[in-house]
Amino acid sequence: MTNMRSGLRSLALAGLVLAVSVAPSLAADKTIKVVPRGDLNILDPIWSTVAVTRNYGFMVYDMLYALDAKFQAQPQMLEKSELSADGLTYTMTLRPGLKWHDGTPVTAADCVASIERWSKRNLLGQQIAALKVSLEAKDDKTIVLVLKEKFDVPGALAQPTGSPAFMMPKRVAETDANTQIKETIGSGPFMFKKEEWKPGNLEVFVKNPDYIPRKEAASFLAGGKVVKVDRVEWIHMPDPATIMSALLAGEIDYYENPSTDFLPLFEKNKDIKIVDLDPMGSQGTLRLNHLHPPFNNEKIRQAVLHAIDRETYSKAVIGDARYYWKDCHALFGCGGPFQSDAGAVKKKDIAKAKALLKEGGYNNEKVVVMDPSNVPVLHAAVMVTVDALRSIGMNVEVQAMDVGTMIRRRASKDAPDKGGWNVFHTQFQGIDIISPASHQYITAGCEKAPPGWPCDKQLEDLRAAFLKETNPAKQKEIANAMQKRAYEFVPYIAVGQWKQPVAYRASLSGVLESAATVFWNIDKK
Amino acid sequence: MYAYVGRRVLGTLPVILVIALVIFLILHLSGGDPAAIIAGDHATDEDIKAIRDKLGLDRPLAEQFLTWLWNVVQGDFGISIFNRVPVGTLILQRVEPTLMLTLTVIVFSIILALPMGIAAAWYAGTWIDRALMALAVLSFSLPVFVIGYGLVYAFSLQVPILPVQGYRSLADGIGPFARHMVLPTISLGLVYTALLARMTRSSFLEVLSQDYIRSARAKGMASFQLITIHALKNASVPIVTTIGSGIAVLIGGVVVTESVFAIPGIGRLTVDALLRSDFPVIQGVILVFSFFYVILNLAIDLLYTVLDPRIRY
Repeated sequence: MTNMRSGLRSLALAGLVLAVSVAPSLAADKTIKVVPRGDLNILDPIWSTVAVTRNYGFMVYDMLYALDAKFQAQPQMLEKSELSADGLTYTMTLRPGLKWHDGTPVTAADCVASIERWSKRNLLGQQIAALKVSLEAKDDKTIVLVLKEKFDVPGALAQPTGSPAFMMPKRVAETDANTQIKETIGSGPFMFKKEEWKPGNLEVFVKNPDYIPRKEAASFLAGGKVVKVDRVEWIHMPDPATIMSALLAGEIDYYENPSTDFLPLFEKNKDIKIVDLDPMGSQGTLRLNHLHPPFNNEKIRQAVLHAIDRETYSKAVIGDARYYWKDCHALFGCGGPFQSDAGAVKKKDIAKAKALLKEGGYNNEKVVVMDPSNVPVLHAAVMVTVDALRSIGMNVEVQAMDVGTMIRRRASKDAPDKGGWNVFHTQFQGIDIISPASHQYITAGCEKAPPGWPCDKQLEDLRAAFLKETNPAKQKEIANAMQKRAYEFVPYIAVGQWKQPVAYRASLSGVLESAATVFWNIDKK
Repeated sequence: MYAYVGRRVLGTLPVILVIALVIFLILHLSGGDPAAIIAGDHATDEDIKAIRDKLGLDRPLAEQFLTWLWNVVQGDFGISIFNRVPVGTLILQRVEPTLMLTLTVIVFSIILALPMGIAAAWYAGTWIDRALMALAVLSFSLPVFVIGYGLVYAFSLQVPILPVQGYRSLADGIGPFARHMVLPTISLGLVYTALLARMTRSSFLEVLSQDYIRSARAKGMASFQLITIHALKNASVPIVTTIGSGIAVLIGGVVVTESVFAIPGIGRLTVDALLRSDFPVIQGVILVFSFFYVILNLAIDLLYTVLDPRIRY
């Protein structure tokens, strides 16, 4: 037994030695360690609209134009941009010295090929393609685009969400628009280290030494993209509690998508900053299927509109009142240039909702609500909707599923009892819905509209007028008219506008307000 | 012996094939649509359809299965639907952390559980036995993630001497490797330790009641010698069985531990692939796990013959 005790003592001693020898290491390099909002699986920001792929795009690629903090398109890769007197010809001249990550120069031919591929994938790009007379590289530096009708090309090329118009080398941009590109060569401020990529675990970006930033100060996504660190690492962690602990312990610098539950804990820590970087946040949307009863009836759609209370959605989804907009009824977002209360239904009115339901001849048809229960935000919104629909006497069936199944099923135009649906929830980044040009769910082009397939000539005519209009005051008038009509016709219902603050260590400075998560302009002490 | 090993290895193939077929059917009939997830929330119907066509997800199931099987036979596990990286590469990137975590847990547990079990058996019925077994029951009852969060709170946040998360390869040095392994190993190892300690105790209790042990004691043999030379070898067969079968329990625990400590191992790869219906990755990982487990069982069977020469196949 003496020997046994001695052995145990040795073990304990070994454990103590290990504990002492494992003092924390000091991070002295200029590396920003980030936990992004999701895994980066797709390296083609034109092919995919997933937000993390979009953010990757902003690291690696550059754009001809970029939005500034006033939501105005500013030249980014361009030295100058000229519009002809008739408003139909854009002449864009590239800045000198732009290079791809492989050292070859960026040419106008590269950009023409990039615009053409983007035009096949992006809603605004498709509109440019439909209006295009010609798009060509006049010389190595000059791109000329001629249109049939006036269109805000800089605004479209600067659109930062969905699939932004990132410029790629010609050989890459000539890839079929329905096939993912294989290369990661861009001309952006960071270079992607593909050899260090461990999908689902780690992405590494290093400073592009050849990048020439603009001289203007960085503003939103425009201006000088000055990189002040050597390396940015995106580290993926599946467990929010682990991410929280890692940020508190200083093992990571930046947490892109913290749950609002953790924010009070971060607020107590002087080494952590919580900042709302996206001025528009996101808009929660309730989509009704216009093809099938009961929501093929305008009165019944209006009944739902009067049955919902936006504050209840915001409380269920976000909780903390500091992180959602109160009394926001603007379909083009609060905080944006087209914010308005025109035609808005502001308060819940159950009596009116029931009256509209009766007027619409609701005959107790079953309402199938798709519930993507693996996405907490959408699940919470679905629960509020179900309660609202039942409160006015609708016959509701909730069908739980994963979000992938919901995305597939919502494409079905079949009747709800044959694999179709009546109601689903999603959310859009605020910048997506900021204008009639980009707002997908206010379109009402019948078969061409997104799932829900609303069909309204008045809304479509107004949208067409908006796209042709270049005068901001008149654009505002048209946007107001669209919102007023949308509150009557109800192509969808905006259920709230919510903020998504980021949390980062106070050792970081220069973090930019932006619609995407970007890492230029940031320094680390 | 060689013929026996050869027969057993060949015998694993139908088992793995059946597992592969079952998993293939379950995955493809479960209704998840990777094309919709890849395309993103705001993609059009045409986008989703184009992706589905491109990935061959609309082909008949039998055709998809046979194509995959033929490729596996040629050593090609396929390409991840999501990131277009070969499944073999993904598994190789992730195998080291999982393997090292499993090994450190086994070593940690054996070092802790054998003395615990032996001491409990030696002092059976005393407070030492009761205290050790109470500890084992507690370790067995606590969920891995509770132990993990508790350890992180204590040793990473309150007394910050160990990292919250991550993995460092042995190639980065023994220090960083050990620092990152301590908390995950303890979190996962306690359950395994408890299992092993209880089995060691009951196995030793049986051996210690044998006549030859009583005779050796009567002759005045030292306790340490008695345990290590005479009792341990005879008690080892059930213990080795528990070590082997416990590895299946460990694999389940590895998934949780890798999530809690953000270790980029096979467990996380599997969960991520399941959540996205990334069929080639799920199939590849399950095949690898099945093969590993079958080989492990074979190794344990062979070890029996070394520990107890009376066992013959």
